[in-house]
Amino acid sequence: MDAILFFLFATITVICAINMVLQRHPISSALSLIGVMGSLAVLYLLLGGEFIAMAQLIVYSGAIMVLFLFVIMLLNSGAEPKRSRHKILLFLGAPLLVILLGVIGYFIQGQIPAQEMVKFGSWESGPGKPAFGSPQNVGMSLFTSYLLPFEITSVLILIAILGAIVLARKEID
Amino acid sequence: MDFMILSLIKLGLVLFIFMTALAYIQWIERKVIAHVQLRVGPKRVGPHGLLQPLADVIKLITKEGMVPSHVHPVFYYLAPFVAVFFALIPISFIPFGQANVKIPFTDITTNMELTDLNIGLLLILGLSGMGVYGIALAGWASNNKYSLIGGLRSSAQMISYELPMALALVSPLLMLNTVSLRELVNGQEGFYFNVIPRWTIFLMPAPQIFSFIIFMIAGFAETNRVPFDLPEAENELVAGFHVEYASMKFAAFFMAEYANMVTVCSVATLLFLGGWHPIVVPGIGNWIPALVHIGGGAICLYHGLVQPARKWDNITLPVFGVAFIGAGLLFAIPIVQELLAPVFWFTAKLLILLFVFIWVRATLPRFRYDQLMRFAWLFMFPLALVNLLITGLLVAATTN
Repeated sequence: MDAILFFLFATITVICAINMVLQRHPISSALSLIGVMGSLAVLYLLLGGEFIAMAQLIVYSGAIMVLFLFVIMLLNSGAEPKRSRHKILLFLGAPLLVILLGVIGYFIQGQIPAQEMVKFGSWESGPGKPAFGSPQNVGMSLFTSYLLPFEITSVLILIAILGAIVLARKEID
Repeated sequence: MDFMILSLIKLGLVLFIFMTALAYIQWIERKVIAHVQLRVGPKRVGPHGLLQPLADVIKLITKEGMVPSHVHPVFYYLAPFVAVFFALIPISFIPFGQANVKIPFTDITTNMELTDLNIGLLLILGLSGMGVYGIALAGWASNNKYSLIGGLRSSAQMISYELPMALALVSPLLMLNTVSLRELVNGQEGFYFNVIPRWTIFLMPAPQIFSFIIFMIAGFAETNRVPFDLPEAENELVAGFHVEYASMKFAAFFMAEYANMVTVCSVATLLFLGGWHPIVVPGIGNWIPALVHIGGGAICLYHGLVQPARKWDNITLPVFGVAFIGAGLLFAIPIVQELLAPVFWFTAKLLILLFVFIWVRATLPRFRYDQLMRFAWLFMFPLALVNLLITGLLVAATTN
């Protein structure tokens, strides 16, 4: 059951991701990106990371993508014109993509030993196993072991917000 | 296999009741608003207009589904599906009664809900965030300036009000220490001095009255209801995001709005008003459902037989009176009482909150758009933050 769901949603993720690049209308691309975010949330759920799945759904599919859509709709940008490409780029592009994916795959394979592969439900609670993906545990590790990175990230986001306000203000005055 | 059959039966039952309720909430709304404004409301179709929802549904299904030529077809068709999809999912994991209830005359035990999730509340937040896509897409795909403005307003409004809403939800979570809807309700069981229920709005050390009010106000904004119904403000935007929609596609948006209302009221009931726990101690509380129904039946009988105000009242009202008294007597049977009294309490609280939604719609005028945004960011958000801070301090001070 887990495997079926995994392959279903992994396929949806990949199709949506490819569709996002291929579509020429920004709204279609944004909707495909929502599809990617949503199916990623399901993949997290399959691992047992309940909190991270819901955070993915609330933050990425919910808040951030609404802002994307909002901006696209506000600018009311139409479909991109189709650009004519060189034939050489097409012939060179495909092999280069394969090489890139191969290199990335090789390094990832080297980083993670085969014995410690993440399994379905491996973040779930079980007999004698702490619930790694539960909101309680995520909160606990966020505010104890990873407090400094967490605080630095929030300061970073605050700076980004201030920067956005400053940049936006300039045009009005 | 038993589990599958049981789930299917429950699913059918919940779906039927929920869909009927959605149609009849609209009837209740029209009736209540009519009476607030000294009108009669729908009364032609069936006694007191009770068959009006059915007539509306038939009308909407058989109507011609006009599609304007200037829309973006794919998104135009997608939008109502998205809206109704994300509005209807939450009912599948909202608990409305106790766990492990034994069904009489069998040895089957079941939970009074469709699925038990231990992250139910987070999922509701996530889905309510997704619900905005239906409206935003509809507004954009209609390719019409009024719809576009409606869609833009809606997305900005929902993003803004999600913040105070989520912050208001966090305080009860802090006090009850869980995100499972069932656990949240279980944490609110019991009474102080045998009088005051231990609901979150009364729960020591930090009664959550403010977060309840903030949550309800944000709920009005999230469901696009008056006084925050800027996305469909008739007198400036014709009908806002659904200008170009007709027949069932229009009905889908309508249904989504009412389903969202039910979700918001259910969450408020579960989180702040103690879910299915009775308002008075169980000794007396067990008899209240029966008394309420019998009292309602008696009023119907009195108005039907002694003081019929309208032409058919001496026939229709006694029928309802007898039906109500029958339901009341049913609640007096101990087995049924045990099974249905929690569901009664949950539904009663839910309906009272829904009535507040309708009451506000009949009473308040619409905000201006800048007022709406200023209210969210300069009043609700700081208030929710301060409330969260105080709750956190009080909880931290009392737990150690």
